[in-house]
Amino acid sequence: MAAIGIVISAAFAALVLTAASIESPVDTLSDAYLWRVVRFTLWQAGLSTLLSVGLAIPVTRALARRRFTGRRFLLGLFALPLALPALVVVLGVVEVWGLTGWFNGLAAMLGADLRLNVYGLMGILLAHVFFNLPLATRLLLVHFDRVPGETWRLASQLGMPPRAIWRFIEWPVLKAALPGAASLIFMLCVTSFTVVLTLGGGPGATTIEVAIYQALRFDFDPVRAVTLALIQLALCGVLVVAAGRMVGEVQAVPSIGKRVVRPDLEGRAGRLGDGLAITLATLFVMLPLLAIVAAAGRSELGRLVGEAAVWNAVVTSTLVAISAAMLSLLLTGGLLAAVRALCWSRSNESWFEQAVQASGSLILVMPPIVLGAGWFVLLRSYADIFTMAPAVVIVINALMALPFVLRVLGPAAKQADLDHARLCASLGLAGWNRLRLIDWPVLRRPLALALAFAMALSIGDLGVIALFGSEDFTTLPFLLYQRFGTYRIDDAAGLALILTVYCFGLIALADRVRGVRERSGK
Amino acid sequence: MTNVQLTLSDVQFAYEDWSVRFDFKLDAACFLAVIGPSGAGKSTLLNLIAGFERPCGGHIFANGDEITDLPPAARPVTMLFQENNLFHHLDLHTNVALGVSPALKLTEEDQKRVADAIARVGLASKDHRLPGELSGGERQRAAVARALVRDKPLLLLDEPFAALGPALRADMLNLVSDIHHETGVTIVMVTHHPDDARRAAGHTAFVAGGKVVELDRTDLLFVRDDVPGLRAYLRA
Repeated sequence: MAAIGIVISAAFAALVLTAASIESPVDTLSDAYLWRVVRFTLWQAGLSTLLSVGLAIPVTRALARRRFTGRRFLLGLFALPLALPALVVVLGVVEVWGLTGWFNGLAAMLGADLRLNVYGLMGILLAHVFFNLPLATRLLLVHFDRVPGETWRLASQLGMPPRAIWRFIEWPVLKAALPGAASLIFMLCVTSFTVVLTLGGGPGATTIEVAIYQALRFDFDPVRAVTLALIQLALCGVLVVAAGRMVGEVQAVPSIGKRVVRPDLEGRAGRLGDGLAITLATLFVMLPLLAIVAAAGRSELGRLVGEAAVWNAVVTSTLVAISAAMLSLLLTGGLLAAVRALCWSRSNESWFEQAVQASGSLILVMPPIVLGAGWFVLLRSYADIFTMAPAVVIVINALMALPFVLRVLGPAAKQADLDHARLCASLGLAGWNRLRLIDWPVLRRPLALALAFAMALSIGDLGVIALFGSEDFTTLPFLLYQRFGTYRIDDAAGLALILTVYCFGLIALADRVRGVRERSGK
Repeated sequence: MTNVQLTLSDVQFAYEDWSVRFDFKLDAACFLAVIGPSGAGKSTLLNLIAGFERPCGGHIFANGDEITDLPPAARPVTMLFQENNLFHHLDLHTNVALGVSPALKLTEEDQKRVADAIARVGLASKDHRLPGELSGGERQRAAVARALVRDKPLLLLDEPFAALGPALRADMLNLVSDIHHETGVTIVMVTHHPDDARRAAGHTAFVAGGKVVELDRTDLLFVRDDVPGLRAYLRA
């Protein structure tokens, strides 16, 4: 826990000290550019949230009402965008909606010269909706599925028309679920880096995080970077607190376990609307994914795999990811051990949850870019940043993965503790022996899963590497970004495919390990 | 209120490898208790009458009219479930008022009926509480109040008092029994407690293996020893 504290507070201290050393803070704060960036950050996040959640409502409603073959597949598909590295998604969006993309091509074929421009606000919104419409749908659908079966029977007994069902059943469900979903998505959009960096970035379409990056890498203006970082920090802090308040409690209600037929499935308008919502949402999510595969098919994969630069990037990515993941596991292990020592008595068990949550949201408040900026400013005066780069990237990637690793390992460790703590105490099992004989066999599988998640996260990350990357230190996403930035789209698509296969391979591997345990458990 | 004569004529329903077949008549203004082992098809019987399950054969008549293919709302039936009879985010008054109009368009007279029904079940002072602020017994009373304003001639009770303690269960049973006598509503009540049947129901049906094994006056049925399976069920 101390280690995490040091890394984060060092970055924070560097930010504050630099800010304090600014001679005329008022000048910086009154800088028009600064406020334009802040305004745009909130504006694009607000619009993205509104579009994602607004469009998710009819899609969720349609999916909640209808049962059809392929529904499960569709829900699986909706889980995909968030698992994909952001750069890969951007590529897919450009392939579909870009100037020479499928959409403009189709429009031209139909005689309409739309020339939809994907760079700028439009592209940012498209990419954010691509990420968050499926996320919102999945979040809201959970609440719809919790409506007890008796409620639908009641509705059909009372003869409720669709409007009454909307008013008395569906809208109240949505009203309870929307704030949580919307605030999460707003948060994701405020801290979205890769999408804005690649699709925006111009003077009119820059968010705080991208501005920090530009200030450090192009303008060498640490003062502005620090000011922006502190603003982002304050903004995230406010948002995390606000989001925590908005997430309502969900009451679990016991009910008949069976699926019950809803009374509002007849009616042509409803069928048509639901069909349309589902079809459009499916196309919207599916097309960019297909486009990536198609573009990758165009690229000369054989040549790419043979390229030394690509190999270097793959090796570097792997080394960074393994180191970051191991470090993340070590930190988590230390954290869990510390918590275990702290709350060995049952009475303060809730301590555990609180500690886990606190360290999770710490990373949310302190986005990787801000953390990176802090270290960038700190190291700048003492050492060559680029020789320190690998270490910094590894540490920050490890911290980024921390909330996820905690979420996988925390409950498993807690369960193991509940199951074995008293037995171990009575047998005198402690320290290394306990770790070897009791904890390791129980926690081996969750550890593998956590390791894979942490690696996948690190491999897909562009944020920190964008600050610290160089010719000598290039990871796969960094290389992909360079090719994309120089409009070698086919190369980029090939790399995106490699990146995607790599990430999913890791997760699939971990999933298999988990599956084996479940089967042998039966 | 018109009294229904309920007829199930060779009504069949199948689910995977499990099936039921019901064939019986029920006199008007009857209070029928349905007892029998778990999985015998008691709840399925109610779901078929209420229209929540569609039979794969046979006919259901209420008051001489065929209702086999009618949607639940068009049947002269109100059904009370064991749980979740109320919308959790609407107050008691609104929940009862939905029984009058699913769009909540109520005349002054309707309002009075709603208030009377709530008073009748003894919840007058709790008009604007949410279901979460009521006890389990009070929630079921509210559901009974809605059944009152719906004023359907057939009331189906699917173990609605099973989750209540013995004293409360007896209270609720008395309430339902009083309403039965006041309004002449026909009641079919599924119960796990033979005592409930003895206390309130004029007639009792013993259901086992997906069919009505015997239907008789309650006082007669419970002393009979020629009904296959009944003695074993009552001893258990």
